[in-house]
Amino acid sequence: MSHIVSLRQAIAENVRDGDILALEGFTHLIPFAAGHEVIRQGRRNLSLVRMTPDLIYDQMIGMGCATRLTFSWGGNPGAGSLYRFRDAIENDWPHPLQIEERSHADIASAYVAGAANLPFSVIRGYAGSDLPKYNDKIRFITCPFTQERLAATPAIRPDVTVIHAQKADRRGNVLLWGILGVQKEAVLAAKRVVVTVEEIVDELHAPHNACVLPRWVISAVAPVPGGAFPSYALGYYERDNRFYKTWNSIARDRDTFTQWMQRHVLNTADFAEFRRTLEGGPHEERHA
Amino acid sequence: MTVNTYSTSEMMTVAAARRLRDGATCFVGIGLPSTAANLARLTHAPRVSLIYESGTIGAKPSVLPLSIGDGELAASADTVVSTPEIFRYYLQGGRIEVGFLGAAQIDRFANINTTVIGPYAKPKIRLPGAGGAPEIAALAGEVLIIMEQSARSFVKQLDFATSAGFLDGGDARERAGLPGKGPVAVITDLCILEPDPVTRELTVVSIHPGVEHAAIAAATGWPVRFAARVNTTNPPGASELDALRELLRRTEAAHERGEKGKSAVV
Repeated sequence: MSHIVSLRQAIAENVRDGDILALEGFTHLIPFAAGHEVIRQGRRNLSLVRMTPDLIYDQMIGMGCATRLTFSWGGNPGAGSLYRFRDAIENDWPHPLQIEERSHADIASAYVAGAANLPFSVIRGYAGSDLPKYNDKIRFITCPFTQERLAATPAIRPDVTVIHAQKADRRGNVLLWGILGVQKEAVLAAKRVVVTVEEIVDELHAPHNACVLPRWVISAVAPVPGGAFPSYALGYYERDNRFYKTWNSIARDRDTFTQWMQRHVLNTADFAEFRRTLEGGPHEERHA
Repeated sequence: MTVNTYSTSEMMTVAAARRLRDGATCFVGIGLPSTAANLARLTHAPRVSLIYESGTIGAKPSVLPLSIGDGELAASADTVVSTPEIFRYYLQGGRIEVGFLGAAQIDRFANINTTVIGPYAKPKIRLPGAGGAPEIAALAGEVLIIMEQSARSFVKQLDFATSAGFLDGGDARERAGLPGKGPVAVITDLCILEPDPVTRELTVVSIHPGVEHAAIAAATGWPVRFAARVNTTNPPGASELDALRELLRRTEAAHERGEKGKSAVV
């Protein structure tokens, strides 16, 4: 139980400037609270990795935390663009962002390779795509047995992986369910792991074969109820589609974005206070 | 309810839905492909198995998902597997019969772009990127593409080839070793195009009712070919339109419900 700590302590002890940092969660269980804490603690020069950079990466990029991004799909799911991500790529604001672009199938397999302690991943991928022309880490190899041509890409080995899950027990074992994305693989591929959870319980009561991460693969567990908001946690709360739609109008303009982040993230002590500032809706600050 | 009028967008969705055969395993993209695939499931193809890249297999959502990983997809699915599993075992494993995709740009050989408009290093518009599309386009048994047709989206030269259709045409796709058959139809708001059996160039095979040849030519960035015999697409039937409108009405109501007052929850 020694490694159940506050989110502030979990991030302070595990995320360092210059780290390769992966926050995973495939539209479900996105670790928003942890991302905010990284921003509050002013981490810089991060190499971010994420299959689907969405609002939390838009925020981290716009606040200048990242100099590099590895990704496969960067959008606001169902609602439009990521304007801070686009501004960084299109206009180098707030500073240049180097991108390493891959496909979903590739990144998913590259985490598998990382978790399996292999240096690279092999997939049937990228044939006929322009991506290998612009990403020199996508290479092709010949199978030594069949002579087939296959794509080879580097394994992903984050310094730190951060995920959000439904439950941990008091010893720090973690249970998650629903859409699982690449979380298990991203956790097992990383040197250090931070997990935020909806609640700490006496017993997980996990069904057989459920996705349970043993406490000894995790560096720190932090209870953060609602920590995946505005994404969702199956069994706890639904996705806040209004927040996703409103994000476009907050993030489109640099000043509006910066003021919003100042008011709601930098000026709040933690995620609970962040949530309280939104009680009037995502645009509450305009009337404050 | 019998309705004789319909929009071009409804015609497109209905025509695309008709191409999905009952019982198929179909890897579905979000947006237009998801609407058409679910319309198929609610009309002529109740036994279709819809697979989303979030790992939901056999999803039967009552309303259309806003994102690829909405809780509704997981709750209505036969099972939910991890992202590595859906791509490695199901797609790469050769278990997907149909890939259903959309795109920002398409060329005459049905190669598609979802990456950038303008040069890659300094894009005019940065689009979301590849997602699952390159491997779906390569590995699914066959591919259906649904997108609105305009001279800006049907272009002579793609700004970026994200996912392969027939590459330079002819047998280029086979020579490149792509396992799937590639795009079998492109369904737009104006017409249906299919690849020529030899050249693989997209050819207009069916025109939606009331659409002029000239309108299709004007909405295509290359001199578009028409098949020797061009059909007129059957207009949407009353049951197809009812099912589509009901689905969109339920979706709108559900998303509005989900957007009211939620941000206040602590």
